[in-house]
Amino acid sequence: MAKSIWKKIAGWGNFPVEPGYVYRPEQMSELSEILRSHDAPNYIAYGLGRSYGDTPLNKDAGVIRTDRFNHMLGFDEATGLLTCEAGVTFKEIIDVFLPRGYYLPVTPGTKLVTVGGAIANDIHGKNHHVDGTFSEFVQTFDLLTASGEVIPCSREMNADVFWATIGGIGLTGFILRATFRLIRVETAYMNVSYEKAENLDQAFDKFAADADYKYSVAWIDCLASGDSLGRSVLMRGDHARLGDLPATVKEPLQPANKFKVKMPVHAPGIALNYWSISAFNKFYYASYKNETKLVEQSSFFHPLDAIKDWNKLYGKKGFVQYQAVFPKDNNPKEGLRRMLTMLSDARRSSFLAVLKSSGPWNGGLLSFPVEGYTLALDIPIKDDGLFPFLRELDQLVLEYGGRVYLAKDSTLERATFQEMYPTWEQFKEIKDNVDPEHLFSSSMSRRLGLTR
Amino acid sequence: MGSILVLGANATIAQATVRKLAANGKHNQFILTSRDTSQLEVLKSDIEIRHQVDVSLKQFDALDFESHQVFFDEVVQEAGTLDGVLLMYGAMEDQKQAEHSFALARTMIDVNYTSAVSILNIAANYFEAQRSGFICAVSSVAGDRGRKSNYIYGSTKAGLSVYLQGLRNRLHESGVHVLTIKPGMVDTKMTYGVVEPTPLLADPDKVAQDIEAGIVKRREVVYTPWFWLIIMTIIKLLPEKIFKRTDI
Repeated sequence: MAKSIWKKIAGWGNFPVEPGYVYRPEQMSELSEILRSHDAPNYIAYGLGRSYGDTPLNKDAGVIRTDRFNHMLGFDEATGLLTCEAGVTFKEIIDVFLPRGYYLPVTPGTKLVTVGGAIANDIHGKNHHVDGTFSEFVQTFDLLTASGEVIPCSREMNADVFWATIGGIGLTGFILRATFRLIRVETAYMNVSYEKAENLDQAFDKFAADADYKYSVAWIDCLASGDSLGRSVLMRGDHARLGDLPATVKEPLQPANKFKVKMPVHAPGIALNYWSISAFNKFYYASYKNETKLVEQSSFFHPLDAIKDWNKLYGKKGFVQYQAVFPKDNNPKEGLRRMLTMLSDARRSSFLAVLKSSGPWNGGLLSFPVEGYTLALDIPIKDDGLFPFLRELDQLVLEYGGRVYLAKDSTLERATFQEMYPTWEQFKEIKDNVDPEHLFSSSMSRRLGLTR
Repeated sequence: MGSILVLGANATIAQATVRKLAANGKHNQFILTSRDTSQLEVLKSDIEIRHQVDVSLKQFDALDFESHQVFFDEVVQEAGTLDGVLLMYGAMEDQKQAEHSFALARTMIDVNYTSAVSILNIAANYFEAQRSGFICAVSSVAGDRGRKSNYIYGSTKAGLSVYLQGLRNRLHESGVHVLTIKPGMVDTKMTYGVVEPTPLLADPDKVAQDIEAGIVKRREVVYTPWFWLIIMTIIKLLPEKIFKRTDI
């Protein structure tokens, strides 16, 4: 008998919070048993809970933790191809392989994500404009489907299921293991160029040079208005070569194990308000100067991992993260300007806002990135007025032919989703084919009308 | 550098402990054993990739006492030098059911105590002759005092703890380290969904870290997490007249 714990869980945004039967299988046999048991009406996989909203939640139904499926199964030094189970984390991959001169081909802003989650959300990183999403580096994965069959998926084998699973928020089946390529690096350091842009026009002028940098991202002040609207700091660079390091660095490939602080409790809701954030943003912008620096990889890629449970900063009510992409050929600058004006007028945004250029869509049926510019920001939930405001943002994004990122979402309406992701019907067809009974389902998939 | 023999490598604590020991770089080979080694294949590849050490798998049936000597001889032949033995397996049946079924009680006795005596006798003779090495076995805080909720299981672990105590005394002279591990409740497959989630439920990684540290620092008895030493000291101190009325 597979055992479960009935408990309330939430994604990284602490919103929404929903109860479900949480399972934690350790062996393949236990996993199959759970899926066959009819203990719960349906199931969804849950990795490290870093997606923000209800992607891995399943109200009153089954949630299957993947953390005990964390074995590395094969590694080829010549090609950098790593095969591992879906619960292996990006942190573990860095810890094991960076000292040997390999790095993740794509990493999001936290290393506390699993390989399974990276595929199911088709995550992207600061190199999307050059390298695309994580799945570009995925050669193949094994999917346990609703029928109990394990099918290998790649661009050649079961290609339809492959493209539905890439970004498919766990609905096609349970990703068991994947094979993907790590990249070679010479050091654990990054050569980063910092450039300040006084407003959105300047930022866009500078973005034109993005192709020269493997990694590019900009912190943007969403509260600045008027002439300073879109004030930002661009941070762009590449892995440092051995010759870039000063002789004082004795172990060039050793990741720095920094002191970690922990957010012990939820901050009071009042802690982050317009004034404190606005002051922080001014200070933050002023703290940068135009320069090129050598920084350790984790502080470039995963700065917030240094604060354990940083999401508690936003208080008990939680927050939503809103990430939208504005396509290149549809006047993205104007779209962004209007969005920034709305945010600044509504005084709703927060200090963690990120603007970056994105490369072409990869064909993943529910994969988020399309070529253009993507803006991601945290918005604390202070009152119910936020939700109508989010709908206004959705409409603006739609007007410019854009879409929001499902890994961050918790509130998108069905019709809006369908308009943003026109390939949803193709997705649903494959989903219904591979899982006619909707054994895999989540709070998000029911909200978006992808499952019953 | 030599090899480590792990008896019962399927257990959650065993997996976590092997990972910690492989990471410390003091041993170059691990022989993982279990009744069914098919499920150890993933652990083998995982440890080989992460820690670049050799891992081999071998079948071991704790209850087939007659096979133990041959098993151990083969291990020594394969390993060359053994640095240590970890006994990580155990059986815990439902106390209430075991009160009515001697078969269930006997499973616990044979797995937790009889088989341990059989295989560790053999290991002890090997290490005594070698005049180095360690024997580390997982007992339980349940063996510290008999309680109505689990005294059959507890008594098998009490037997094991006393056996290890004597073994430590015997092997001290030959420089062989004997380590008794007494975990409290651990968040494993056995407890998941059975024991209410409480702060007392320890993370297997934390327990593994304590075991690894106990081996490196040549400790005698390790309560893990540490607060179980305090809890069990208090429980042991309660007079029987009072204790027999309690529902601990």
